[in-house]
Amino acid sequence: MPQPGAVEERRFVLFAARLQDLFDSLKRHGYQIIAPVVSDDAIVYQPVDSVEELPAGFTDEQRPGMYRLKRRADKAFFGYVVGPHSWKRYLYPPLQRLWQAKRNESSDLQVVHDREQPARYAFVGVRACELAAIMVQDRVLLGEHYRDEHYQQRRENVLLVAVNCTHPAGNCFCASMNTGPRVRSGYDIALTEVLDSKSHFFVVEIGSERGNTVLQGVEMQTVTEEQWQQAQQVLEGATKRILKSMDITDIKELLYRHLDSAHWESVAKRCLTCSNCTMVCPTCFCHTVEDTTNLHGTVAERWRKWDSCFHIDFSYIHGSPVRVSEASRYRQWITHKLGWWQDQFGTSGCVGCGRCITWCPVGIDITEEISALRRSEEGKVAHTLPKEENHANA
Amino acid sequence: MVPRPFRLQQVRRETHDTFTLELEPVDGCDGFCFRAGQFNMLYVFGVGEIPISISSDPTTPRVLMHTTREVGTVTKAMGKLRRGDVIGVRGPFGTPWPIEQAEGADVVIVAGGIGLAPLRSALYQLLARRDRYGKIVLLYGTRTPNDILYRRELQRWRAQFDLEVYITVDRAMSGWKGNVGVVTALIPRAPFDARNTVALVCGPEIMMRFTVMELQRRGVSPQHIYVSMERNMKCGVGVCGHCQLGPYFVCRDGPVFPYDKVQHLLEKREI
Repeated sequence: MPQPGAVEERRFVLFAARLQDLFDSLKRHGYQIIAPVVSDDAIVYQPVDSVEELPAGFTDEQRPGMYRLKRRADKAFFGYVVGPHSWKRYLYPPLQRLWQAKRNESSDLQVVHDREQPARYAFVGVRACELAAIMVQDRVLLGEHYRDEHYQQRRENVLLVAVNCTHPAGNCFCASMNTGPRVRSGYDIALTEVLDSKSHFFVVEIGSERGNTVLQGVEMQTVTEEQWQQAQQVLEGATKRILKSMDITDIKELLYRHLDSAHWESVAKRCLTCSNCTMVCPTCFCHTVEDTTNLHGTVAERWRKWDSCFHIDFSYIHGSPVRVSEASRYRQWITHKLGWWQDQFGTSGCVGCGRCITWCPVGIDITEEISALRRSEEGKVAHTLPKEENHANA
Repeated sequence: MVPRPFRLQQVRRETHDTFTLELEPVDGCDGFCFRAGQFNMLYVFGVGEIPISISSDPTTPRVLMHTTREVGTVTKAMGKLRRGDVIGVRGPFGTPWPIEQAEGADVVIVAGGIGLAPLRSALYQLLARRDRYGKIVLLYGTRTPNDILYRRELQRWRAQFDLEVYITVDRAMSGWKGNVGVVTALIPRAPFDARNTVALVCGPEIMMRFTVMELQRRGVSPQHIYVSMERNMKCGVGVCGHCQLGPYFVCRDGPVFPYDKVQHLLEKREI
């Protein structure tokens, strides 16, 4: 039985029946496994112990404003894409205590910095768009201006087991954003699931020494040329099944030209400013803080909580919010996500996962809104794309 | 990122709804270094934390001062604090006024209401090295004569021959013999050489927009006009996202901006 040795020997085959061996090895190495499970008719990320808990045999149907789980004809472990959760939930939790302050007779104000027990997560089933999202959050939270110590500690300890997408859903547009469907870097271990009438296995690629260590003792075979080709075919098929696209050519300039556009009013007629899109987005980082006290008034706490630029009080300064109209809040979100984000962090804030489209209760589609802006310029602005190219991406 | 405890040495009432906190660090380390125009996040135990610009003298950092108006939950709680109470301070944050860059030029300071607070720090610093500047002019607009901040200091400064102070009020009251009207009306007559002037502007956004227009009309170039922006802030370090102004985080890239950097944004509604 071949064992993974040097990282250069990167490709192996793990039979689906032995996937639990990988889980057991992760646990032996001290990782808490977070993986997809079915909960409330959606696939979410939760702590798991066993491969039995994975949504084997499920797939998801996604359209603007629509998400449905369905039974598959087979028992594929990863035959679906992303649900309402992202790994952000674990690296940058929705609610986090930052510090406590104590006040008593002897000391007026004593601030106690929260140092949490270091979490050691293994994320199993990280998709290419989600890896890209983690890289985006790295730039925001571990950037040149600011390092978030809570994020850093979780991020440094996490082990990423990526899964290449074989069944993209209707709102996926990772290919346009150059993030997927295939993982390229940033993972510790990458799996490609191959399932046909004869066999069910994973092609395993090792991306780091840490990944290599975890795979020691997991029974794997050397990948044959035929198995490798099978995996490549599955992935090529997946790429072809990505139907949604977004033309990102000069998208920043497009948005900056449209700060005064009447189009935002037309979005505002549909947008409920519910903030779902920001809550499911794997890169949105905006947060607020809340200060609380105990009933005695002796202990106070500072909590960090995800926030959304769609909330009216998000921009509140004495007197009134800066962004009162729905139109201004949608414009802020999309212009930040696709434009200003690039100025701030040198990368787009969008990875093409499609969550904001799926979980929008009225099905507002970021790719459609960009197309609408482009259409509004057709024939008007000299520096828009030639028509053929627009059509190629439409 | 955690607040540092500071003890209130004094709470000074400025007007009926504004007050100045004078703070010293509890840990005894000497003073608090900052640059004029920067701000701190001030934390009232269990109530909340808000950004407030520093209004003390950066050249004597022993006492830290913040002037604020009682408008929200936190500032109202601050108004109830007494000498000896302790609050938390995070900072200093943000960009300063271009005090050094203004050397050799006339300096015109235009303040609207509580916007005078961060400009007082600039005035202290300018006056500490008075010989390095040309004319220094303060144009200050406020609602009524009763809303005039730092009254004693303004009177003292006004008596000096090297600083010109012009005050105007929106609504006069009996006994007021000064100007009535908006602060922008003071600009055309103010004594400064527009071709060699640095302008520092702080006040409500609408006041700043019209002030800048008036300054430009006098011939001050937009890159020599600096404005101090205000946005909702939770973190102070460019990560909570609340203070975004286009590509900028006001807490980190501002609050002080050269006007030509933000002009295109301030011309947009609800940005």
